[in-house]
Amino acid sequence: MKVREIKEFLGINILRSTIIISMVFLILFLLLIFIKGFSVLSLDFLLKAPKNGMTEGGIFPAIVGTFYLTMLSVIIAFPLGVLSAIFLVEFGKPKWFINIIRTAINTLAGVPSIVYGLFGLAVFVTLFNFKVSILSGALTLSILILPIIINSSEEAIKQVPYNFREAAYGLGASKRQVIIKIVIPAALPNILTGAILSVGRAAGETAPIMFTAATFFTRRLPKSIMNEVMAMPYHIYALMTEGSFPEKHVPIAYGTAIVLLMLVLGINLIAIIIRTKMRRNKKW
Amino acid sequence: MVKNLLITENLNLWFGEDHILKDISINIPEKKVNAIIGPSGCGKSTLLRCFNRMNDLSGARIKGNIVLGGKDIYKEKIDVYDLRMKVGMVFQKPNPFPKSIYENVAFGLKIKGIRNKNLINEKVEQSLKNVWLWDEVKDRLHKNAFDLSGGQQQRMCMARAFAVGPEILLLDEPTSALDPKSTNKIEELIVELKKKITILIVTHNIAQAGRISDFTTFLYLGKLIEFGKTEEIFTVPRDSRTEQYLTGKFG
Amino acid sequence: MKDKMFKYITMLTAILSVVFLFGIIISIFTEGFSVFSKYGFFNFLFGTSWHPTHEPAEMGIFGLIVSSIVVTIGALIVALPLGVGSAIYLSEIANPKLREILKPFIELLASIPSVIYGLFGMAFLAPFIRKVFNLPIGLNAFSASIILGIMVIPIISSISEDAFSSVSKHLKEASYALGANKIETIFRVIFPSAKSGVLTGVLLGFGRAIGETMVVLMVAGGSTAMFKNIFQPVRPMTYAIAAEMGETVVGGMHYSALFGIAIILFIITFISNLLMQMIINKGSN
Repeated sequence: MKVREIKEFLGINILRSTIIISMVFLILFLLLIFIKGFSVLSLDFLLKAPKNGMTEGGIFPAIVGTFYLTMLSVIIAFPLGVLSAIFLVEFGKPKWFINIIRTAINTLAGVPSIVYGLFGLAVFVTLFNFKVSILSGALTLSILILPIIINSSEEAIKQVPYNFREAAYGLGASKRQVIIKIVIPAALPNILTGAILSVGRAAGETAPIMFTAATFFTRRLPKSIMNEVMAMPYHIYALMTEGSFPEKHVPIAYGTAIVLLMLVLGINLIAIIIRTKMRRNKKW
Repeated sequence: MVKNLLITENLNLWFGEDHILKDISINIPEKKVNAIIGPSGCGKSTLLRCFNRMNDLSGARIKGNIVLGGKDIYKEKIDVYDLRMKVGMVFQKPNPFPKSIYENVAFGLKIKGIRNKNLINEKVEQSLKNVWLWDEVKDRLHKNAFDLSGGQQQRMCMARAFAVGPEILLLDEPTSALDPKSTNKIEELIVELKKKITILIVTHNIAQAGRISDFTTFLYLGKLIEFGKTEEIFTVPRDSRTEQYLTGKFG
Repeated sequence: MKDKMFKYITMLTAILSVVFLFGIIISIFTEGFSVFSKYGFFNFLFGTSWHPTHEPAEMGIFGLIVSSIVVTIGALIVALPLGVGSAIYLSEIANPKLREILKPFIELLASIPSVIYGLFGMAFLAPFIRKVFNLPIGLNAFSASIILGIMVIPIISSISEDAFSSVSKHLKEASYALGANKIETIFRVIFPSAKSGVLTGVLLGFGRAIGETMVVLMVAGGSTAMFKNIFQPVRPMTYAIAAEMGETVVGGMHYSALFGIAIILFIITFISNLLMQMIINKGSN
């Protein structure tokens, strides 16, 4: 009996220590970024362009660039993702065909982001001759987030109870009408949650935009989607590796990191809140 | 004189290999309440779903004829969506859409492509009055339909089917998920509605069939055992299985 | 008519995913092909020296592959016990209130962009490691493994937690009813039935770590020397692609070689992904 009790005591405390260690690591990491980041954060930092070879000034162009890249990629990927999910769930035939598509989506989801970057470089930048531009970067990012949008839309559509569809069919609605008027509106909050999560993902990616959209420095804001842009994640990387004045660059990198972090965490937090609210208010 | 609105001839139905309905031939009279009864799994819901071709959705195979107002609804080139408007259906569990009461009742009209606001308003009001729901909901038409009680939801579902002007209303155990008070109300409503419309009701509540129906169909293991006036079937059943079922020997 | 159209539109969009996947495969194979035909697939794969800009260039990526595997295994050594351990604790031991807070928090952590982990590694951890172990350089395989490990903890933990909490309550009750205590139930009943879910999390973590670019680019150090010890700077595959692509000429041999690396990387992640799908499908049957 004694041995069993000791084992249980040890076991529980070892497991407890794993979560404590994990949390200490992660919280330490967050804390450091927050403390260092907040010390440089100011309104000017957010709203001014960089000056003096990136050693002073703000990151406004990078914020704008990230905004454009993210929005455009979601605008491209969202309709494609939702329509694909509709096909997979509502028209799921023939089986072998669906299996091929599903395998493709799962494979896409696992492709490393740098490979997306190379694909974008070879196809959008070079082959289609879109050059290094917002368009090339957003197209690359949109393929990267497509599997996320498809998967979350699929889950959302599957959750719509069968009896809604049955009731609509019973009233003489066609399949298209059932999907557009009943299924999609009922699934919309969950579909949007997935889309919001994909915004967060697109905003934080660096490798896919390195060769397709991002530039270390431009003073001007982009005039069209054919311009190259600064972007926050790439800005952090570039400041840390290409800067020649580390003592001045590192704080700016921390400042950019805190803005990016708050953006991404804020986006995810919104999604989580919507989801829990939905679950609580759900009547079906 | 009773006119037959709906006729089935040698109706057979399979789901995959399972032979669910076997050689069913009945005549459904117009503007009456027709009950379909029988033990669980006898095919009564499946039979009901033949009349608006809801079984198509689950991939059923059908042989035989179902004639509605002179037209075979399986053979001739009919539009199944039109058919489902002509043959309304109410399900076991109230199944409102997650929309407002108004939007629920107007759904079929909008599907039909009707845009005229006044016409829609009028039909919504009319339909809700038909099911005695108007006075209860007229001040909260734009509230979510899930805020209604179960019985109200079910009556709203009936109004929703009504709005598109059906000739027949199929009721698939419409009170099985409701409390006795709501059940009473719906039973009264059904008796009232038969002045306007033909009603088919599947129920496993024998007493309910006795209370409200004019004709009764008794199914057993996918076969039609007996069809006739309710009072005759309930008092002098011709088949011993009908008698056993009605007296609670099985089911 | 409209209904048919609608169906075909959704079908076309669904097919796009297949098109994109093939687009990726075809583009990296076309661009990477010339390095295979010039150097031979096996020489490219198993050659031990990587000097793409020398005259003549040496294009052997074995050292890069080894470096990738080293930092990935290092990351899993950090993340596996911590991630799975925290998942068990959260799902089976922690009180429900703590779980309510920590579960979304961990999901939130999984969404932090990797470049921020890279920044942390470069600006904080690497100098720290250098001091503690008295090394000439803090940017090395060890630092990269730790940062990658911290990064994948939330992923592994979040997926394993789902696996543990989906083990049927009846099974747990059966075990307790036989007199088993918490730890015995966890290790003899819960863990075995959640095994495939945990494995899925591990494979996902593996895929994330080996495909991760920004962290290794910022923290691994970048030396092309063959791996000898954990405190040495290394150049994993993703590092080479990201760091060198800017210097190449489009269509040149170095450019092609970097796509060749991407092919190998794609194949590795493809296989790990396929394994994962097989485990998931087996689990759902």
